[in-house]
Amino acid sequence: MSVKTFLKTPSNKVFFVIVLLLLAAPLFLSVFRINLLGKFISYAILAMGIDLIWGYTGILSLGHGVFFGLGAYAMGMYLKLEAAHGKLPDFMAWSGLEKLPAIWAPFSNPLSLIFIVLIPAFLAAVIGYLTFKNRIRGVYFSILSQALSLIFVVLFIGQQAYTGGTNGLTSFRTMFGLPLAADNTKYLVYYAAVFLLFIVYLYCRFLIGHRFGKILIAIRDGENRVRFSGYDPAVYKIFVYISSAVIAGIAGAVFVPQVGIISPAEMGIVPSIEMVIWVAIGGRGTLIGAVIGAILVNGLKSGISESFPEVWSYFLGLTFIAVVIFMPEGLVGIVKKYAGRIAIRREKKDKTAEKAPSVN
Amino acid sequence: MNTYFLQVFNGISVSSIFMLAALGLAVTFGLMKIINMAHGEFIMIGAYAAYIIQNIFSRYLPASIFDLYFFVAIPASFFLAGIFGWVLEKLIIRHLYGRALDSILATWGVSLVLQQLARSIFGAPNVDVKSPSWLNGALLVLPGLQLPYKRLFIMLLVIACMTAIYFLMYRSNYGRKIRAVMQNRAMAASLGINTRKIDACTFAFGSGLAGIAGCALTLLGSIGPTLGTNYIVDTFMVVVLGGVGSLWGTIAGGFLIGTGNTTLEFLTNATLGKVLVFTLVILFLQWRPKGLFTINSRSLDE
Repeated sequence: MSVKTFLKTPSNKVFFVIVLLLLAAPLFLSVFRINLLGKFISYAILAMGIDLIWGYTGILSLGHGVFFGLGAYAMGMYLKLEAAHGKLPDFMAWSGLEKLPAIWAPFSNPLSLIFIVLIPAFLAAVIGYLTFKNRIRGVYFSILSQALSLIFVVLFIGQQAYTGGTNGLTSFRTMFGLPLAADNTKYLVYYAAVFLLFIVYLYCRFLIGHRFGKILIAIRDGENRVRFSGYDPAVYKIFVYISSAVIAGIAGAVFVPQVGIISPAEMGIVPSIEMVIWVAIGGRGTLIGAVIGAILVNGLKSGISESFPEVWSYFLGLTFIAVVIFMPEGLVGIVKKYAGRIAIRREKKDKTAEKAPSVN
Repeated sequence: MNTYFLQVFNGISVSSIFMLAALGLAVTFGLMKIINMAHGEFIMIGAYAAYIIQNIFSRYLPASIFDLYFFVAIPASFFLAGIFGWVLEKLIIRHLYGRALDSILATWGVSLVLQQLARSIFGAPNVDVKSPSWLNGALLVLPGLQLPYKRLFIMLLVIACMTAIYFLMYRSNYGRKIRAVMQNRAMAASLGINTRKIDACTFAFGSGLAGIAGCALTLLGSIGPTLGTNYIVDTFMVVVLGGVGSLWGTIAGGFLIGTGNTTLEFLTNATLGKVLVFTLVILFLQWRPKGLFTINSRSLDE
């Protein structure tokens, strides 16, 4: 795809508008709101990863909270060690550890941030290989992935001395020497989030725009036909699962410095399925839908649930039922439908105008 | 050794509850290819039904017959959960046939609504259901080894339900129709079976079973709006391990998960035990991707 056609595609145009709005947002909003928006951006990155695997490939993973959490914990461990200044992090001392455990040791080095990507990728590769190679698919995969998120929550809560237990990792102070509480650092982190959103979008667009993306869609719509045409769907599925896990890990790493805490509550079953909701509401199978869905739903959530927490549960539940049953294409689907109708009407007008002389 | 035996006994009595819940899930999935994430909420509805019945007995009826409330609570929880299931099928599930993945998402929305409903009606904190006095105490098998009556009663209840289900599924006209629809829906329909009606009845029946499971759970601890969520994943694992739509598979899966969980937890610790069980299930599926018991079929996509 050349740059020109890339820029002309309507969904890309919408994405650029969103990015421009996000870049301009600090001019209008308070630091508190910007911080919140930054959190939503991390969710939007995550949602694109889920869209890649669910919207395009048709694999419903209900365990993406795990990858998000792993990326976030990798970031959190680094920040925690930076806050500890060479001493033992506080919660380890409370749990009776005397020296830094081996799995924590590498995280004193900034290079260890590569684990944000490597750990989710490795886990996804193992799980993906074991399931997709054996043609475990559809709801079976969804159930297993859900169990995965349960297991990780149990594991992270249980190993309190290594993970901080239910409280997770918190009270970070600085990031690469910059104080996290300062406004300037917050803006910096926010812009980094927008930048990563942009990069991840380009990556997903690139994947989908090429032959690889066509095969993903083919796997979604008729896996057996793909297999009979001589492709091995498992390889493609494993690759897209890894990509999606890495994106989730990056999203987790973006999340931590803005929110200042990561706990097992962020990676459990309920948040994992909520992530899928964002994509469903925005519009599955369209990257822009995932981005809009994540930002919109979370924006509404912080708006509604702050004042009426009860209403939020009903609202979320009912919206979800309605979206899945009556508008499986999500918001983007509705827009497309109406935009399509207008375009058809215009075409008809043009055609009648063209035809008119020939009748005479 | 005795502690281990007691652990396994406890594990089996809890997993027998899963079996009951999982059976409803396995049959609805085998029949309609619908995954009902709100199944856990039917467990919760059954538990609250027992709570309501208990309150009615303690408030309006003489104290002498209070202990009998549980015999009213069991059918009450079955019917209440069954009615909810029927309504859910009529309102939502029927739009989702053939969309298995979407059914997971939509029914999860249902579970959110039902949980919030329970929270609005009964309040967020857990409530206790007082067990009938004849279930307190334990059966002394060996010195140092006591089997609590409550857990024995639960196992008897589950065995009774399983027997009833066996006769219903394999010895009755209705069961024959269910199995026919499960094997080949189009063929069953052309032979004059009203598949829509079978679906609705089976869904309601499966929900009712979850209700009984919830009623049994009230004997083991306090209940709250999120009761179902705690059990749903284990229930799903039972279904995956046992194979979909098979009575024997569900029983075997329930036993394996129950004893496996408790054995591994006994040998290691609660956290590692759960992780190991999950790993073992994944490894097991390498060998038999469709679970323990499967219905043989030549179709490409099952």
